[in-house]
Amino acid sequence: MRVRVVAFARVRELVGGEPALLRDVSEGATAGAVWDELVRDFPSLAGLERSTRLARNGSFVDRSARLNEGDELALLPPYGGG
Amino acid sequence: MVELTERPLELEPLIAAVRSDSCGAVVAFLGVVRDISDDARPVSGLTYEAYPEMALLEMRAIVAEASAKFGEASVALVHRVGALELGEASVAIAVAAPHRGVAFDACEYVIDELKRRVAIWKQEHYLEGAATWRVNTLEE
Repeated sequence: MRVRVVAFARVRELVGGEPALLRDVSEGATAGAVWDELVRDFPSLAGLERSTRLARNGSFVDRSARLNEGDELALLPPYGGG
Repeated sequence: MVELTERPLELEPLIAAVRSDSCGAVVAFLGVVRDISDDARPVSGLTYEAYPEMALLEMRAIVAEASAKFGEASVALVHRVGALELGEASVAIAVAAPHRGVAFDACEYVIDELKRRVAIWKQEHYLEGAATWRVNTLEE
């Protein structure tokens, strides 16, 4: 299945700089599994796991959350607005 | 009024959106790009980016909370995204309330919660050429 990964700020830069990536992942993959695959492709992400929150279709999720075809997984580093 | 925008911010439309005959106080706040970072490096500008789907939901929630907590205050909140030069405003807030105390309190609540809860990121560009993504801390 295919999911859309959106990343921001430093995390976006480390996954290639594009605002969104389409990723083919195994059926029923979890948010954490997609993160782990990204770390394999972009090893400099490895140290950021603790500070990066995950959201599925706009809501925070744990690593164990299962994704569906077409879901948007957001990688959210600590905020800096204001 | 709750928005993200790439255009320069102005307070007047926010004030017009919140004021009413029942409100004796209007408090307005601008967050402005400063020429020096917290660690004392000369800054040439900032770039903001947002995840609009999450940011706007949370901005609306914060505005609703401020209104409920602080005497039915009427609140407008707009955040800029994109590249900002020194002196430009990154965030604008206007609050109208029956009395000034709750208006100041509501305004402070909105900016504090925005920094903590809203999906917006800020990159500082330094005069010497480097750039860093800056994370909000409680003290800021």
